[in-house]
Amino acid sequence: MDVLFFYVLAAAGVVWSYAKDRQKTKQSLKKAWKAFDNILPAFALILLLIGATMAVISPATVNQLLGANSGATGMVVAAAIGSITLIPGFIAFPLAKAVLDMGAGIMQVAVFISTLMMVGVVTAPMETQFFSRKTMLLRNGMSLLFSFLVAFVLGKVVG
Amino acid sequence: MAQLVRYKWVILALLADGAVFVWNPALGTQIALRTTDSFLEMLSFIPPIFIILGLLDTWVPREKVVSHLGSGSGIRGLMLATVLGAAAAGPLYGAFPVAAVMMKKGASFFNVMVFIGSWATLKVPMFLFETQFLGGLFSVTRWICSFTGIVLIAFILDRLLSETEKQAIYTKHRQP
Repeated sequence: MDVLFFYVLAAAGVVWSYAKDRQKTKQSLKKAWKAFDNILPAFALILLLIGATMAVISPATVNQLLGANSGATGMVVAAAIGSITLIPGFIAFPLAKAVLDMGAGIMQVAVFISTLMMVGVVTAPMETQFFSRKTMLLRNGMSLLFSFLVAFVLGKVVG
Repeated sequence: MAQLVRYKWVILALLADGAVFVWNPALGTQIALRTTDSFLEMLSFIPPIFIILGLLDTWVPREKVVSHLGSGSGIRGLMLATVLGAAAAGPLYGAFPVAAVMMKKGASFFNVMVFIGSWATLKVPMFLFETQFLGGLFSVTRWICSFTGIVLIAFILDRLLSETEKQAIYTKHRQP
């Protein structure tokens, strides 16, 4: 539904722009296409990698690895899976709840969700392309460390 | 030919997928299904984002972005960057092209990093979803922690990169 909102916004923008200046509208759409075409090779590669990763690491596997009694190892595994995979939130949250219900610790689940969102191994080449290698390494590295901190706080507050 | 070179990694990945399919048809089918899913997901949210980007690029004057998100925009710039990221839709890789336009228009490196972090983990629809599944205490605590962390990480990154390194990044996005 949030996607629909963006379509409405884009359509309204184009109509508004067209009413004000046809030439500028044409230019905008050309720029939009150029920006898209620019990153399409990187995009397509990421999507192919996501497809393969998700086929190999199924939700069932994740469930098994982060399940009951996985302990500290579970947290490291959770961080690794979270960093590598790009599971959409609408799958990750129900999955997290399922794992919690099966007896997993809050900390494993928190580190999984946090790394899933903030650390991107698959998107790293693209991040390097847009920023720099140093930025990419520092941002992802700090996000990874920070995810453990978040997990610790969540373990204290919720657990 | 130039196109072929641009897509060399894509072609390699497709060949690898094909090899997996020959070796293990069941796994190959799974990969094909998941890949189609992720392509469809991308196609669903990418067109409006890029159209909005194109419009912003031609209509929003550089001075405006500089005054709202440039260096010296202070706490208001920080808040705006957070809200822009949190209002987004789609996975993290959608944030990079947006960040590119922000940099082109003169947003500060700190604010761009806050935006990236906010897009990654503070998105509003995701927060609602998280609350629904993991409870308000979990989602609110994580939100507060994440916000603190994002600002901290952006601050440290801003300090660790020299002016020259930042300039090198900004130059990448300065083409007309």
